[in-house]
Amino acid sequence: MSGELSTPLTLWFSDVGRDARPLVGGKVASLGELLRAGCRVPTGFAVTSAAYRRFIEATGLDRLIRDTIGGLNADDVAAVDAASQKIQQAFLNSPVPAELADPIRAEYGRLAETLGDPAPAVAVRSSAVAEDTEAASFAGQHDTYLWVQGADEVLDAVLRCWASAFTPRAIAYRAHQQIGLEDAAVAVGVQQMVDPRAAGVMFTLSPRSGDPSLVVVEGSWGPGVAVVGGEVTPDEYWVNKVTLEITRKHISCKSHRYMAESRQGDLRKVEVPEDQQNEPCLTSDEVIELARVGRQLERHYGHALDIEWAVADSLPFPDNIFILQARPETVWSQRQREPVAAGFTDPLSFIVRRLANT
Amino acid sequence: MSAELRFPSPFEVETPPGAEGWQEMYPKHMLFSEERRESEEARLWFYNGMHFPEPMTPFDVITAESFYVAIGEMSARFFCIPPAMGIDFRVLNGYVYINSIPVLDPQKVQERAELFQRRAGHYYANWERIYEGWRERVKQEIETLRAISFPELPDVEPDELVFAERGVGTSMSVLEGYNRVIESLFRLAQIHSEVVMIGFAAYLTFYDFCKKAFPEISDQQITGMIGAIDVSMLRPDEEFKALARRAVELGIADKFADGRGWQEVFAELRQSEAGQEWLREWDERSDPWFYVNSGGGLQHHFRAWVDDPSPIFGALIDYIRRVERGETLERDIEAQRQERDRITAEYRELLRTDEDRKAFDELIGLVRKVYYTIEDHRFFADHWYMSTFWNKLRELGQLFVRHGFFREVDDLFYLHWTEVSQALTDLLLSWSVGSEALGPRYWPSVVERRKAILAELRKFNPPPALGVVPETIADPAIVMLWGITPDRLRAWLTPAEGEGNILRGFPASSGTVEGPARVISSVNELETVQEGEILVCPVTEPSWAPIFTKVRGTVTDIGGVMSHAAIVTREYGIPAVLGTGVATKRIRTSQRIRVDGDQGIVTILD
Repeated sequence: MSGELSTPLTLWFSDVGRDARPLVGGKVASLGELLRAGCRVPTGFAVTSAAYRRFIEATGLDRLIRDTIGGLNADDVAAVDAASQKIQQAFLNSPVPAELADPIRAEYGRLAETLGDPAPAVAVRSSAVAEDTEAASFAGQHDTYLWVQGADEVLDAVLRCWASAFTPRAIAYRAHQQIGLEDAAVAVGVQQMVDPRAAGVMFTLSPRSGDPSLVVVEGSWGPGVAVVGGEVTPDEYWVNKVTLEITRKHISCKSHRYMAESRQGDLRKVEVPEDQQNEPCLTSDEVIELARVGRQLERHYGHALDIEWAVADSLPFPDNIFILQARPETVWSQRQREPVAAGFTDPLSFIVRRLANT
Repeated sequence: MSAELRFPSPFEVETPPGAEGWQEMYPKHMLFSEERRESEEARLWFYNGMHFPEPMTPFDVITAESFYVAIGEMSARFFCIPPAMGIDFRVLNGYVYINSIPVLDPQKVQERAELFQRRAGHYYANWERIYEGWRERVKQEIETLRAISFPELPDVEPDELVFAERGVGTSMSVLEGYNRVIESLFRLAQIHSEVVMIGFAAYLTFYDFCKKAFPEISDQQITGMIGAIDVSMLRPDEEFKALARRAVELGIADKFADGRGWQEVFAELRQSEAGQEWLREWDERSDPWFYVNSGGGLQHHFRAWVDDPSPIFGALIDYIRRVERGETLERDIEAQRQERDRITAEYRELLRTDEDRKAFDELIGLVRKVYYTIEDHRFFADHWYMSTFWNKLRELGQLFVRHGFFREVDDLFYLHWTEVSQALTDLLLSWSVGSEALGPRYWPSVVERRKAILAELRKFNPPPALGVVPETIADPAIVMLWGITPDRLRAWLTPAEGEGNILRGFPASSGTVEGPARVISSVNELETVQEGEILVCPVTEPSWAPIFTKVRGTVTDIGGVMSHAAIVTREYGIPAVLGTGVATKRIRTSQRIRVDGDQGIVTILD
């Protein structure tokens, strides 16, 4: 039940795994799982869904929400908009009580200590708790705040994340999916801000042939959105998973990159200086380390993965290698393929068949 | 078939100026001929530069004759490899061209499959025992050769011979000796091919399995899983390293000054006790290990180290310098074995199903045994035996020289072996009756003419292939050993545009290096290779091993995954691209090149 004293209000990523989803949300739970798999993720803590519940109870927002949304016709756009505005405004006007603000400030202080920076920049993002929210679109558009600095700003961003559960879209979506208010609970991740020199994706098999003995790393300058969105042709590195040798690389002309512009996480597209456009965005050591981590994660999860990564600008290798997200690879993994050993009984018959069928 | 892809017809290839009449050196049936023109023009012939990297002297073609009879018999008649009848050959401008004969009738393929299953199955099931016996049979053939002698023909036969009442004289010892040498080679070729052909069949199957499970796996990853770690072919080099260390231990390293020849050094070593001790060890290790020759065994002039260590003597000196600097020369065999097992286990883990893993386990169990033989057999057959064979014929050559038939012992190799038979009966008749033999007035000028023709033929660049590209190539040996596939042939025919500086071949040993090229066309030029260069040559031999500690990369015209160069470059961990077809023609010494042993690409940078 919400409000139980034993339920933690904050939890470090390193203390959670996949199973902690109801408390810390999907995003944070999977970051915790990545940590359990032994890789480096931008460190941080979650403000749990219990904290959220405590907040709406303490501020009376729970009643306001019930009264405003109860009986709302989800197809009445104007009504939903009005309800959203009312609730979100109420969130932003409610000061976070000390019983919540203090632990959040304390955790931020611990993070500052860990990172050796009195006011480290963090990303604050909502981490939805409901079951089918992989798509998570209803959690709101502005649920990520980048380059947040200082405890006051963190508290403010957390509040905004909570409020983002009540965007018009989120309200309508929940109504249509008949998800109860209870499940509107939002956890928030407060995470070390990584300023990526380069970022991108990697696949733990060859996207070209499905060959499972390869890791293919794609990357470009700056944050990974340009690669994920297909806006630049990334550098491509093919790494043999078994020997961890780079077997092929293709360095592209990376004419532009993104840069964080505001704390809302807006990214601005800028030109890459000419002398950097054709430079590899990763060193060989970084490529190999990424591939090694990819192989390790694949073993942990037991299936092929599609992984987002970033290489931080200001840290020494290998502390600069970060994994941001790992999802199951879907294209080749779902394809029906005949077993290589189809029809195998014994080596001799297999040899005979090979020779006779040619 | 779509537009027929073809190389020049064998009948379009011209005789180089000055080599007119080259055909006289070889029996008629080895030549492309009007009588068989229709069938010969319709087939694909490719230049077997891997085994015959230069124009063949008339005697040396006996290796093609004996080995292709044996390969054909073992493939087609003995084990009945379902799709392959073996290899036919022709000689053109002195170069050996080969053609694989397929079995096209599916019914026939099926019939042969049943025979193959039973017969090859027996061999696979008893492989280690059979290979053990195989080695003994090769050693027996070597003993057979060693027991043969060519005694001087006496003025009068000794009393003992007469009173033995056998009625057989010295001429018969000579004649029988020669015939036994020839028969022994044909027999050796059969023994050789007995294990090798079905070895390729098993390896091809595993190769295909890996390619299907891991579509982008490189050839060297596959051989990396099954490659034998300590095969006899690498032993001569290990013995060399041991001798280098002994030279340092015995305090005679200074005798091996850079640039000194072996005769000079050996002569000096005989003067001291330590030197004599070292020479004793050299002799001990020589038999059999230095019977390795600096070629592939199939040409007479590649001498065994035991006869002429000059091509590799520089490498011994180099080893000694390295021992003095405190370097470790020995390969870490245990580490190599562990790495092989780790790689194998990881690939196995990456297979998708337990069914695949079971098949992988069983195939690799067989293929490792078979592959060991493929790597190991060469020392016994191609080197120890062949070196002994050529030397035995030199003993006969001495007899001919004494009787004025030849000016030099090696002139014998400028006659075809059937001509040697004729010369022998000429000699024996003239000796027995005391009349004048034709030989001394006939053969020396023939030999001179042939030497001149071969000198011209050596300048000729043989086209990589002749005739029509087939739709499929089914012979496991052709695919695995020479790396000849229809795709590769097409690539030879159509060099991609804008790739003027790029040569493509087989990625045989991984890694990328850049450096100056050293183009060499024969073993005699090995001494010119400098530290840090990239070796570019028609083909390499494992007996060149010491050179691979000097060079940074290797590029060859000819060679597939299983070729000698592939094995040895992997062993020494230097990048290699093999089977480029044209490297020695396109690359010049001291040009900077990049060798990408993972993608099989050579880039000319200058």
